[in-house]
Amino acid sequence: MATLSPPVTAHVPQTGKHGGSSLPPVYGGGGDGGRGDGSLDDGSRLRRARLGLAVAIVPIVMLFVAFTSAYIVRQGLPTLDEKNHTYVRDWTPVTLPVALLLVNTGLLLLSSIAAELARRQITRQAALAPVRSIPGVSLGPGKGFPWLGITVVLGAGFLTGQWIAWRLLAERGFYLATSASSSFVYLLTATHAVHLMGGLFVLLYAATVSLLRKPVEARRIVVDVTAWYWHFMFLLWVYIFALVWFVR
Amino acid sequence: MAMEAQQHQHTAPTGFIRKYIFSLDHKVIGKQYYFLAIASVFLGMVLSWLVRIHLVWPNVHVWGLGALSPAGAPGGVISPEYYLSLLTIHGTLMVFFVLTTAPQAGFGNYALPIQIGAEDMAFPTLNMLSFWVTFLALCALVSTLFVEDGPPISGWTAYPPLSAVGSLAGPGQGMGQNLWAVSIALFCIGSLLGALNFITTTVDLRCKGMTLMRMPLTCWAWLITAILSLLSFAVLFAACVLLILDRNAGTSFFLPSGLLVNGQLQNHSGGSPLLWQHLFWFFGHPEVYIAIVPGFGVISHVLSVFSRKPVLGYKVIVTCLLAIGFLSFTVWGHHMFLSGMSPYSGFLFSIPTLIITIPATIVSLLWLGTVYGGKLRFTTCMMFALGFVSVFVTGGLGGMFLAQPSLDIFLHGTYFVVGHFHMVMGVAAIFGMFAGTYFWFPKMFGRMMNERLGKIHFWITFIGVYCIFMPMHFIGLEGMPRRYSSFVNDLMQPLMPVHKFMTIAALITGAAQFIFLFNLFWSMYKGPKAPENPWESTTLEWTVPSPPPFDNFGGKHPVVYHDAYEYGDVHNGKDYVMQTDPAGQPAKS
Repeated sequence: MATLSPPVTAHVPQTGKHGGSSLPPVYGGGGDGGRGDGSLDDGSRLRRARLGLAVAIVPIVMLFVAFTSAYIVRQGLPTLDEKNHTYVRDWTPVTLPVALLLVNTGLLLLSSIAAELARRQITRQAALAPVRSIPGVSLGPGKGFPWLGITVVLGAGFLTGQWIAWRLLAERGFYLATSASSSFVYLLTATHAVHLMGGLFVLLYAATVSLLRKPVEARRIVVDVTAWYWHFMFLLWVYIFALVWFVR
Repeated sequence: MAMEAQQHQHTAPTGFIRKYIFSLDHKVIGKQYYFLAIASVFLGMVLSWLVRIHLVWPNVHVWGLGALSPAGAPGGVISPEYYLSLLTIHGTLMVFFVLTTAPQAGFGNYALPIQIGAEDMAFPTLNMLSFWVTFLALCALVSTLFVEDGPPISGWTAYPPLSAVGSLAGPGQGMGQNLWAVSIALFCIGSLLGALNFITTTVDLRCKGMTLMRMPLTCWAWLITAILSLLSFAVLFAACVLLILDRNAGTSFFLPSGLLVNGQLQNHSGGSPLLWQHLFWFFGHPEVYIAIVPGFGVISHVLSVFSRKPVLGYKVIVTCLLAIGFLSFTVWGHHMFLSGMSPYSGFLFSIPTLIITIPATIVSLLWLGTVYGGKLRFTTCMMFALGFVSVFVTGGLGGMFLAQPSLDIFLHGTYFVVGHFHMVMGVAAIFGMFAGTYFWFPKMFGRMMNERLGKIHFWITFIGVYCIFMPMHFIGLEGMPRRYSSFVNDLMQPLMPVHKFMTIAALITGAAQFIFLFNLFWSMYKGPKAPENPWESTTLEWTVPSPPPFDNFGGKHPVVYHDAYEYGDVHNGKDYVMQTDPAGQPAKS
């Protein structure tokens, strides 16, 4: 994942104040990974995009931390029973369609694996791109297995599966406002689905630009970052599933 | 994001829309945020005038208000409910759209990339998006003034059950409260996008030689604020989602069972209004520091520049800012001492609240130490910086009382709290914004502001805010409750002359802000042309023309050789060393 810039060491005695030095340090100060002429090389672009993703994941984690704390607090909360004027626990566990959810989990896992293979494939292609441009050098057909397409299809399959799970919940009488537990199940799964859809759109974008034959280096960054995001989405789903299953 | 990284090498746009409206340039976006905050602060100020006028002259007819809200202010006379509506919009505008936007997104967007030697923010498109989402949020909030039953009455904190049961709870609680919740949810998204950009930019885009410990303290403050935003706005977003669901989808996250509203039993079960308070204040307390920490940065910076001395204890200030940032996540319960929490919890929240005053005190003392023995230059900017120290310390002292549950139980519902938070968070942050404006105006607009008008503005504002907010502490100690719309035939009548004094002070101080507004716009077009480095400052933004070219450094790539605050030692007739000066000698300790 993203790496922060290396600490700067100045190879001169420290004569300046506050830990600085009077002479220019040997290395760049911040993430100055450029070639010195201001244009960014692809490695720096990739690193920046990955760093951006790592930072972007933080608020998503915080969002689910907030939901989780609300979930756990609400579950332990006693409710006043009007008739007896006593405090009772009104938490009714949702009967989850476990088999279907396991299938969905499998679909998302496969999708995540496909995304990883797509990421590795395009990394290889990007590495070989300079060689390929040499006249007379052949590395076989340029197009590899359509891992990206498979990721999208499996991801869409997961979302469809989640939709069916919602329908099953409704058939069992659990609607959004039925009980606190069902509210949380819908809330958590829907929030996850919305985030997943965001990733799906980016993957579709990546698939489209690959058809448009944009330079492979540019596509690589999109695919790389989205693949990492996709893995995060898988882990997030496993967490949500575990939460609503084990903390019933 | 990946696309963003590729777009960074953008060229200067020529069309009006790409140049000034949907601009990717951090400087334009910074100005857009700044003017959004200026519009919000003046609207919020007018609302506060109405609130103050109603408090002391409850039957006065306010021109035009009857037409704006025939139900809330029939014939222009503000009803008690409309008083609460005005209070709600005043608070929301000021906290979110002024204190959170201008110091961070306004000045930060403008100055951060230049100060660290970058051409732009890391993700320009996301940056543009964050502004326009914030703009939409402002539109949603302001539109509550025009919907049929008016703005919500549940305050900027929107405590349920009042905020969650819908129009039955009172005027503004239907459409108005929905728009409020949507506005804040949008604002959260805008702030998160901004924070993402600030962090990535600071970590990844610093130029050669710009080590973390050579960054100006402004950049440190913006970085820490961005981290606070990143962690806290997501939680507020979660709370807003739950509130919207409770209001519109029949869920019961915040609504308890057996709830009677205006005689009607509500069909909700088992939720907890306290859950909102926890989620809200988990955001709300870091928010206080999101508002004030950028001010800390600007003030540390400005005091050093105009004292012609290095900042005293640079590393200590950085450490204190980090400590304040961390501690701000551990104290949210002190807003809830009256919520019926266990006394042990109250005690637990009280301790870090008192501890957080230690780094804040250290920073304040370091500011005084920075100024002490310096060759002070009393520009308007410097006056506001010194004013900041004064109002921050004054307001902060009130916090020591409120941090203790035993005292807070009495003081929480009184004007003492109003005086405290306006002074320490509102006025101090606004003083930081004024200091920032007078400091960076030459760079932003290429012209100098009028110093004489600036000084008049400063003195009226400085004396005015003490006249408005100091008496609040005293009437609070006397037990005067806040949030009451008027005190007619009330046991609080003997204190009404104090209220009148505060209202008159508020009207005069508010009017003085139009001097600032005039100065701002007049100087923008008629002020004397600004040189490259009018304040003889050392940081990177003063090495480029005023205003800077589109890519900030005109295709050059700055290299930094010095710390940000090397002032005082005279070499070649100059008492400062530019950060980019390869030949300059470092200042001696």
